[in-house]
Amino acid sequence: MLSLLTHIGRFTLRQLTEMGKMFLFLLSALILAFRPPAKLRLIIHHIKTIGVDSLSVVLLSGFFTGMVMGFQGYYSLRKFNAESWLGSAAALGLVRELGPVLSAFMVTGRTGSAMAAELGTMRATEQIDALYSMAINPIKYLVSPRIIASLLAMPMLTAIFDVVGIYGAYLVGVGLLGVSSGSYFSGMESSVVFNDVYSGFMKSLSFGLIITWVCCYKGFHAPPMATGVSQATTESVVLSFVMILVWDYFLTSVML
Amino acid sequence: MIRVVDVHKSFGGQQVLRGVNLDFTTGKITTIVGTSGCGKTVLLKHLNALLLPDRGEVLVDNVDITKLRRKELYEMRGRFGVLFQGAALLDSMTIFDNIAFPLREKTQMNESQIHKKVEERLDQVGLEGMGYKYPAELSGGMKKRAGLARALIMDPEIVLFDEPTTGLDPVLATGIHQLIARTQETFGFTGVVVSHTIPQVFEISDYVAILANGVIEEISPTEEFQTSQNPVVQQFIRGEIEGPIQAL
Repeated sequence: MLSLLTHIGRFTLRQLTEMGKMFLFLLSALILAFRPPAKLRLIIHHIKTIGVDSLSVVLLSGFFTGMVMGFQGYYSLRKFNAESWLGSAAALGLVRELGPVLSAFMVTGRTGSAMAAELGTMRATEQIDALYSMAINPIKYLVSPRIIASLLAMPMLTAIFDVVGIYGAYLVGVGLLGVSSGSYFSGMESSVVFNDVYSGFMKSLSFGLIITWVCCYKGFHAPPMATGVSQATTESVVLSFVMILVWDYFLTSVML
Repeated sequence: MIRVVDVHKSFGGQQVLRGVNLDFTTGKITTIVGTSGCGKTVLLKHLNALLLPDRGEVLVDNVDITKLRRKELYEMRGRFGVLFQGAALLDSMTIFDNIAFPLREKTQMNESQIHKKVEERLDQVGLEGMGYKYPAELSGGMKKRAGLARALIMDPEIVLFDEPTTGLDPVLATGIHQLIARTQETFGFTGVVVSHTIPQVFEISDYVAILANGVIEEISPTEEFQTSQNPVVQQFIRGEIEGPIQAL
């Protein structure tokens, strides 16, 4: 019994220490992000890797998510003779929830894992030590520009996901299932308000921060070996997914 | 002057350094030898505070660098150049950009001044015209030379060499040793070399120290070291399994 309690105590302490380290890492990266000189070239480079390079996967997933919503929405709404509200249901679902969450998942898989692997490899090959030894703060050089870039890129990717998703639902609802085009858009116009868009924007912004924070932290502190890098990559993706969902719950409950 | 005083370091219960005491003479090359895994690199990383000791002091000009604030520590690190075991070049940059990197980040030099200085260093390490290549396109020896050029670009007072010839053939290893000796003559830096490539490394060393069982067993001028009667030195030089060094 005592041994079990000892194990639980040790585990809890380890987790609390890790959480503290993660928080300090984020704090340091945020402070350094706003300390001159700004790394504009790096920020632009990372906007490309986070934003432009994730675009194809976001477009594809957004389009198919929208089409699935078209089918599912039509099936559900038909039971209440409310097919004309398909546009409203699809837009609200995408703008408030599915757009931010699914585009964050796509970016985690596409770019977050690459961030963790890149920083983990830099740790294993002593490139991070080399930065320290050149008196260059690796957090300012490697992490802060990525955080700024993700804060800028994520809302844009989410907006693109939303638009493409709404178009996908339109194709299915109007093109295949015969919902009136006018009612699709007028329902959307009357039900989607500024607060819905704002809620989605805030979610995408915070998810962008979570992805970069978690993935950079895991990569930065990866054990310096091949298995360490792969473990850090896996952990970064899993933890990002979990944190996105948990944070999504809190934000939804606050912003509903 | 760098001075290591009673440095202890352990990792996860494994004691690597058990009270290291060592003085490095300014303007000379001191080589730390020892078996693989004995803690040479760990000791080297304490010299510019990449690792901090569990106990003990690392003094640079009588200042304990283990107790410096972050800003002071970064300023102190600016006095060091480091050649890492695998060169540690930033693989997203060309060789030119790697060498220019500290100048761009830490000085106010304009691009033409940077260009001139980088080309000069590339010439000195025999990599003229190779600046456009990426680290992945270079051989092991070329990477080490590029790493050396980067280590020297800020004209450091102290240069740390972590296994500069590991993984290189004997001819290339001799070339790198000669390059270290030549650049030390040119720039006059205090050099600390970590190596187990004996006897070749003796040719460039003014002093040799041996790290074994977590402590410095002997430090002496190179000629004296080679003829030392210390059983630890004897065992290491002869490459014997039996002796005071716990090899296996």
